[in-house]
Amino acid sequence: MASTFEVQNISFSYEAIPALCGLTLHIGEGERVALLGANGSGKSTLLRILDALYFPSAGSVTFKGDTLTEKRLQEEEFSLKFRRRVALVFQNPDVQLFNPTVFDEVAYGPLQMQWSKQDVMRRVEETLQFMSLAHLRDRPPYRLSGGEKKRVALASVLVLDPEVLLLDEPTATLDPKSQSQVVDLMQQWKGTAKSVITATHQLEIVEDIADRVYVLEAGTVIAEGTPSEVLSNTELLLRANLIHAHRHSHDGVVHSHPHLHGHARHEHEH
Amino acid sequence: MAEEDPSLVSRHSFLESTLRGFTRAVSKALLSEHAATQSGLLQQLDPRVRVIGILALVISVIVCRRLEAIAALLLIAIAIAVASRVSLSSLAKRVWLVILGFSGMIALPALFLTPGEPLFTAPILHLSASVQGMRTAVLLVLRVETAATLTTVLVLSTAWTHILKALRSLHLPAEVVTMLAMTHRYVFLLIETANQMFESRQSRTVGILSGSEQRKMTARTAGVLLSKSIELSHEVYLAMLSRGFRGEVRLLTDFHLRSRDYVGLTAFIFTSFLAVWIGR
Repeated sequence: MASTFEVQNISFSYEAIPALCGLTLHIGEGERVALLGANGSGKSTLLRILDALYFPSAGSVTFKGDTLTEKRLQEEEFSLKFRRRVALVFQNPDVQLFNPTVFDEVAYGPLQMQWSKQDVMRRVEETLQFMSLAHLRDRPPYRLSGGEKKRVALASVLVLDPEVLLLDEPTATLDPKSQSQVVDLMQQWKGTAKSVITATHQLEIVEDIADRVYVLEAGTVIAEGTPSEVLSNTELLLRANLIHAHRHSHDGVVHSHPHLHGHARHEHEH
Repeated sequence: MAEEDPSLVSRHSFLESTLRGFTRAVSKALLSEHAATQSGLLQQLDPRVRVIGILALVISVIVCRRLEAIAALLLIAIAIAVASRVSLSSLAKRVWLVILGFSGMIALPALFLTPGEPLFTAPILHLSASVQGMRTAVLLVLRVETAATLTTVLVLSTAWTHILKALRSLHLPAEVVTMLAMTHRYVFLLIETANQMFESRQSRTVGILSGSEQRKMTARTAGVLLSKSIELSHEVYLAMLSRGFRGEVRLLTDFHLRSRDYVGLTAFIFTSFLAVWIGR
């Protein structure tokens, strides 16, 4: 499989606080990969490095053979080409929505890419229809519900039809209906040439959105495998703080077992 | 915790309601683009003409030395506001009263310190105000009121993105325009975060806080708010970069100068020069 991202032994710190320590991974073309980890494991930082918003203090990141450096991203031609091909959806949609209307928000990316006005109008209309947002086109983004904001944030990057989508906790804080809409959309990309890299700690959506999983802990990869391999490894999930021991009693007998959040019910034997 | 005392209750609600009122007002002022979509005098002109024209009038307000000329410019500013469908009551609340309070305080000492023909003597303090002092104080207040009215009318009648694009097309450096764009978004995020913090604090406050406790709490809140806002504005900037922002303001709207824009620009420049000549 041709390589999209090659991440070699990267490190990154926020002032004195290390976020990534010697992390290495590989993302292939058209792959759907989940970055699984608890809060503070380095998932969001890694996505920002893959989107060339941050640059590692050590190690290297290459995108389709080009090494991503600050100097390289200052070159207008390379920068526009890269931004057109790789898109990031932030965890908090409020930071991503800064235009007066939904239409302007979706048009922002294509305008930065210096597309013709006709192409911008056509692509924005198509994207609004595709994402069922046409009725909200003149609404200010800050007045939308959480689910609508997330869909506008997705539309604002999908309008560019990027080759790589980086999604930071795409279903976090969404109600069940909005969550399933986002997961359905992500399932549509299966089998396409689009690489989708999703950072999440919601185990219940992993099998739907990824074919391969990297488990992160304290800024490094501690495991890699298919969703079923990773999700069946209780010891690994406990170590990565993705599940925890749940202590409770039945008929006066106190016991504990690993507990996975997100499922409405669970069954186990005594 | 202080005992429940009616004076503390009113002080508590006064502080909370003032801060809430302020955040509501700024939020409304920043985000209101209602007037910008109306069909008024300024709205019919190219945004570049609006920016240059209002800037010329503001400069003439600063240069003018005669009270009558500045008063005439204030009347012109009010006429432009009315013709641009900007609500006068909104101007009075957002600009005139606030400016009167702030610049009035700054101008007050001039009333008593400027030597000249006595006007009246303040009771108790036995300070005498002079006619020249009164004129200086009124000149200062009127100048600030007029400049603020003109800029507010421009901001309310023009979409913020159009103002930024106009400034960029007038060769204002991209870095300055980016700073303005970020400030606009930053202030909005600050207001949002402030409101959330007030709500969160209110939900966890039991009983009534004393004045000193409130002051400590307000100082701590302001500090946390600043750190949070800096972090959020950094995130917004990253989101802009991620979608290809490189310092240029790009919009779907193209600016075109038409004959009415040339007429408007001439009128602005002529009025500014006339005001400077009369008020010299």
